[in-house]
Amino acid sequence: MISDITLGQYIPGNSVIHRLDPRTKIILTISLVVILFIVNNIVGYLLTGVFIALLISSSKIPIKFILKSIKPIYIFIIFTAVLNLFMTSGTYVFKYGWLHITYEGIYATIIMALRLIYLVAGTSLMTYTTSPIVLTDGIEGLLKPLQKLKFPAHELAMMMTIALRFIPTIVEETDKIMKAQSARGADFDTGGLIKKAKSMVPLLIPLFISSFRRADELALAMECRGYHGGEGRTKLRQLKITPLDVKAFLVFGICSAICIIVGNLDFIKFFR
Amino acid sequence: MIEIKNLSFTYEENSQPVLKSVNLNVQEGQFVAVLGHNGSGKSTLAKQLNGILLPSGGKVYVDGIDTSDEKLLAALRKTVGMVFQNPDNQIVASVVEEDVAFGPENMGIAPDEIRRRVDFSLKTLNMYHKKDMAPHNLSGGQKQRIAIAGIIAMSPKYIIFDEPTAMLDPSGRKEVIEAIKTLNKEQGITCLLITHYMDEAAQADRVIVIDDGKILIDDTPQLVFANVALLKELGLDVPQVTDLMYRLRQSGHALEYNKLTVEDCANELSKLLGDPEKYKKIGE
Ligand SMILES: Nc1ncnc2c1ncn2[C@@H]1O[C@H](COP(=O)(O)OP(=O)(O)OP(=O)(O)O)[C@@H](O)[C@H]1O
Ligand SMILES: [Mg+2]
Repeated sequence: MISDITLGQYIPGNSVIHRLDPRTKIILTISLVVILFIVNNIVGYLLTGVFIALLISSSKIPIKFILKSIKPIYIFIIFTAVLNLFMTSGTYVFKYGWLHITYEGIYATIIMALRLIYLVAGTSLMTYTTSPIVLTDGIEGLLKPLQKLKFPAHELAMMMTIALRFIPTIVEETDKIMKAQSARGADFDTGGLIKKAKSMVPLLIPLFISSFRRADELALAMECRGYHGGEGRTKLRQLKITPLDVKAFLVFGICSAICIIVGNLDFIKFFR
Repeated sequence: MIEIKNLSFTYEENSQPVLKSVNLNVQEGQFVAVLGHNGSGKSTLAKQLNGILLPSGGKVYVDGIDTSDEKLLAALRKTVGMVFQNPDNQIVASVVEEDVAFGPENMGIAPDEIRRRVDFSLKTLNMYHKKDMAPHNLSGGQKQRIAIAGIIAMSPKYIIFDEPTAMLDPSGRKEVIEAIKTLNKEQGITCLLITHYMDEAAQADRVIVIDDGKILIDDTPQLVFANVALLKELGLDVPQVTDLMYRLRQSGHALEYNKLTVEDCANELSKLLGDPEKYKKIGE
């Protein structure tokens, strides 16, 4: 049952996007998020949408996976849309008592919804095309310069590595404990919220105890294998910026420049 | 060579010492089994050998390195590898080859050399074909072999195995013991195997029995297991075949006692029974 969860959402492949260095993908994803907040009009958003669609199609990730990643935030999108729709003041399209819809409201609603959808589609494109381990390497590589400022880049990456390693083990263990407790008559499925929360106690306590023991043993094993923090450590897998990454930066730069300019055209006019 | 001189050790002040003036030398290339009942101090002794614990009294030297010399700690960890009971809690990374690379990475070895070592140690342990797998999808025996490969990649001269088979099923146990024997015979790595399984200890060159923090017996497996009465008194088992021979001898059959393998035992029994063919027929 729960033991067959897949970690992360990585879909193996060999597309251009898959082959990019993880650092490139992280930087470009962050840039995309920033761009989404700079673009300011509907034309700009449509253009950005085309750009993201092109990225998705070049990653060869089936569109249904991208749609699946947007699904969990439906509620959130609807919630912000309703707020924007009824709370924005401006020229009325419709008014009934205190309830009103304005042109500005409709506009803001569409832009906000697109913004959220693009945000999730863009970031999930990164997680779909990069395995969690490579992503961890990328994060460590990017944060390394901050180590001089005492930022624990290596420790953070190590933590993520260990979390990735132990999530399946602990899920398996949870499953085992649940079955063992059910065999003793524990009931995890029925009852109200409070009863359900209470029924978690006999699950969580053994789980925590065993996790602390694991941590203890793992620390010992790591020490025996010569672990002494990130200093003077080398890596089996080396990250390398290839011409492909350079091209990606160029293409991305040009496209996002166009999106930003188009997305702010009325602004430019306004300031003249 | 591992030299332990008058080693004593106490976990907390004012408590009972766990190790009491232990003296022991282990020559290079040996395969030594360590026996002793629960709480006799086996794991504590093991942790003294790579500086995880430091002596309260006495000295431990590994190839001349004093384990309490902090400056040489990195060199010590490289020389003495350690494999523990639970394979799950020794594997750090979520890809097999990356886990094997963990030790060499800590040693600051160049990436090409790490790659060479990882491939070599995975091949040695017969796990090369699993190098891209996630550890949690492997069997217990396979996981333990990955843990061993991770130690081999650091190319240690000594490996201490602290009950490496305790959590494995019989086939996993066999895999791991075969791997340990291969490392000892083919790579010349000195192996110290702490175990509760007597049939594993019977395969070593030398058996040490620890009781209450002291070395009680230190001899060849043949001679150690000959002393069935003493072992039983210490709360230890003997290998099944030895036990069988012992009981037969006690009931008055003239049998040689120092047979440890199943084949030897079978031969001995067939001598006793006369013509084995005859008994086969009765069995059918
Ligand atoms: N961290 C610790 N702090 C205090 N006492 C400890 C600690 N670890 C072990 N001991 C005590 O030291 C003694 C020897 O323990 P040790 O783990 O060496 O035994 P062992 O021979 O390995 O036993 P087992 O066969 O159960 O693994 C035990 O009495 C134990 O209670
Ligand atoms: Mg022990």
